[in-house]
Amino acid sequence: MNGGNDIAIDVKGLTKSFGGREVVHDLSMQVKRGSIYGFLGPNGSGKTTTIRILCGLLTPDSGEGTCLGYDILKDADKIKRQVGYMTQRFSLYQDLSVRENLEFLARLYGLTDARGAARDMIKRLGLSGREEQLAGELSGGWKQRLALGACTLPSPKLLLLDEPTAGVDPKARRDFWNEIHGLAAEGLTVLVSTHYMDEAERCHEIAYIAYGHLLTHGTVEEVIAGSALTTYTVTGEDLNDLTAALTGKPGIDMVAPFGTSLHVSGRDVAALEASIAPWRDKSSLHWHKSAPSLEDVFIELMSRSKDNFQG
Amino acid sequence: MSAVDRPAPAHEIRERFGFWKRSYAMLVKEFIQLKRDRVSFAMIVMLPVMQLLLFGYAINTTPHNLPSAVLLQEDSDLARSVLKAMENTAYFRFIYEVHDVDEFDNLLKSGKVLFGVEIPRGFERAVRRGDKPALLVAADATDPVAASAAIGSLGMLVQTALAHDLYIGDPPEMPFEIRAHARYNPAANSSLNIVPGLVGTILTMTMLIFTALSVTREVERGTMEALLSMPIKPVEVMFGKIIPYVLVGFVQAFLIIGIGVLLFSVPLLGNVLLLALLSTLFIATNLSIGYTISTLVQNQLQAMQMSMMFFLPSILLSGFMFPFAGMPVWAQFVGECLPLTHYLRIVRAIMLKGATMQNLRYDTLALAALMVVAMTIAVTRFRRTLD
Repeated sequence: MNGGNDIAIDVKGLTKSFGGREVVHDLSMQVKRGSIYGFLGPNGSGKTTTIRILCGLLTPDSGEGTCLGYDILKDADKIKRQVGYMTQRFSLYQDLSVRENLEFLARLYGLTDARGAARDMIKRLGLSGREEQLAGELSGGWKQRLALGACTLPSPKLLLLDEPTAGVDPKARRDFWNEIHGLAAEGLTVLVSTHYMDEAERCHEIAYIAYGHLLTHGTVEEVIAGSALTTYTVTGEDLNDLTAALTGKPGIDMVAPFGTSLHVSGRDVAALEASIAPWRDKSSLHWHKSAPSLEDVFIELMSRSKDNFQG
Repeated sequence: MSAVDRPAPAHEIRERFGFWKRSYAMLVKEFIQLKRDRVSFAMIVMLPVMQLLLFGYAINTTPHNLPSAVLLQEDSDLARSVLKAMENTAYFRFIYEVHDVDEFDNLLKSGKVLFGVEIPRGFERAVRRGDKPALLVAADATDPVAASAAIGSLGMLVQTALAHDLYIGDPPEMPFEIRAHARYNPAANSSLNIVPGLVGTILTMTMLIFTALSVTREVERGTMEALLSMPIKPVEVMFGKIIPYVLVGFVQAFLIIGIGVLLFSVPLLGNVLLLALLSTLFIATNLSIGYTISTLVQNQLQAMQMSMMFFLPSILLSGFMFPFAGMPVWAQFVGECLPLTHYLRIVRAIMLKGATMQNLRYDTLALAALMVVAMTIAVTRFRRTLD
């Protein structure tokens, strides 16, 4: 492996347009080896496009960088050998059985004992007894697990997972994340895109991308601290009226209901406090200053980026 | 889920023979998918059998009892026996007997009859005198296939007809002449010609469609994205997708030729091994073209349409439906670019004429060249990225 440093992905200034629409704009990022890097952002923000550029499926219009020490523009073939890519859509052959799918991959990657490798993987995934079942007939959770197993079969150094847990139940999601942490502990680098905040909090590092722009990155704590957001949590009666009254007031960037409470956030503390002052002393409301949650930060980032990049 | 206590990877990766390993992986996968697709699998057997039986009997059977008229300008015993002999061939059935030339012409022109026989005045006397009079047979050549077989039978007729009525020792020469008016040049027996042709036509259709769908199917099912992210090269994908169908095509060819020999009594004069070898080449050529189509189109519907666009000229311009030599030069040029043209020559020559490799060198090379061209286009057209 050339460039024996501890950076798995190092890209600068990636830009990609489709039909005149810029999907990824000047994106730079670094991912440490052995870390789990969460890729967050709304639908259509360019997450999938970025992942595809990293594994050589798309050529960026401009930008450069390395993936596992190989040039993403010139060494796509070498990258493909060491990267496991799990697509958003289930991409195993639905009309092939579990065993046949795994054997196909094992042969394709040139494993010395394809049958043995497939057998071991079936055992590891807990799919013994189902090896002859068609992949298309598995339940959503099992499909997910099989797809991850398929990606890791050729012992890759980097996993690219594109929304791997979309549409999977919470138990299966938790198992899935345990598996990912297990893989990272063995030294695998994992880049995973997701919509779920609880999943973001299980990543070593996260990046938030919207409209093709990388807005923020770092550990969860860093991202929250970097947002400079002040949040008040309100509980009490008539929260709907309060929402209507506060929305759009100076200093209030976001009013968002969370169950029985309301999160009121803003970047300008003084203006925020001035705006909420008339309601602070109402006996029916309880105000409580709190640290913003990751979700607050992201929703705020999202609404801000909408203004910036979507006219 | 025992992810954490995952053992160190026990299965190492070897780079040697990577090309063969990856092609083989693809090939095995395609075979399993084919086996699992029951409808396609049934089609592989049913399609050639049904088409051959249908077309074989519908097209090949030499037409019988063709409606005919006779213009009798003399009512003699000899004239009657000539007509009787013509009816005995089973090709002709005289439904009109006219005495007027205009009426005779009208029957032909209106299509009420396909044949008209004119027995001239003083026919019998002229024969006995040894004048060799002409017996005019006018054929409606708009249906050349129907006409040709019937005209072909006329040659034998003279002797049979006259054996009963005349003679007087054996005539040293033909006592009268039959003048057939038809532009179509009758080849020996049309059914023998068409069954070998059907081998090529059916193979073209099935092979083309099988591979034409192969790449678009991967794209539409979402498996192409994953395949592209793996270390497999376009050539390896192509071989993996073509080779299973070579075997399928081989089975089809075997079925069609077998039925042709057993049911339609088509002779197989040439070397069976040579036929098998060149049939395999033809199958591979068609599969390559189908695969090329697959890399040019965006979805399965387009693939089907493009296959049809290729299939139609294959039938019309290859010499299967119309005689190749009768086509204008530009059409012959197009025909030379179609694999079916060359295969028709090969299969007819081997089965009917017992041709050897020596005779078929040009057509074999042409098939191989077409295959290489198709494969080259396919490999260069195969998109390695999703751009």
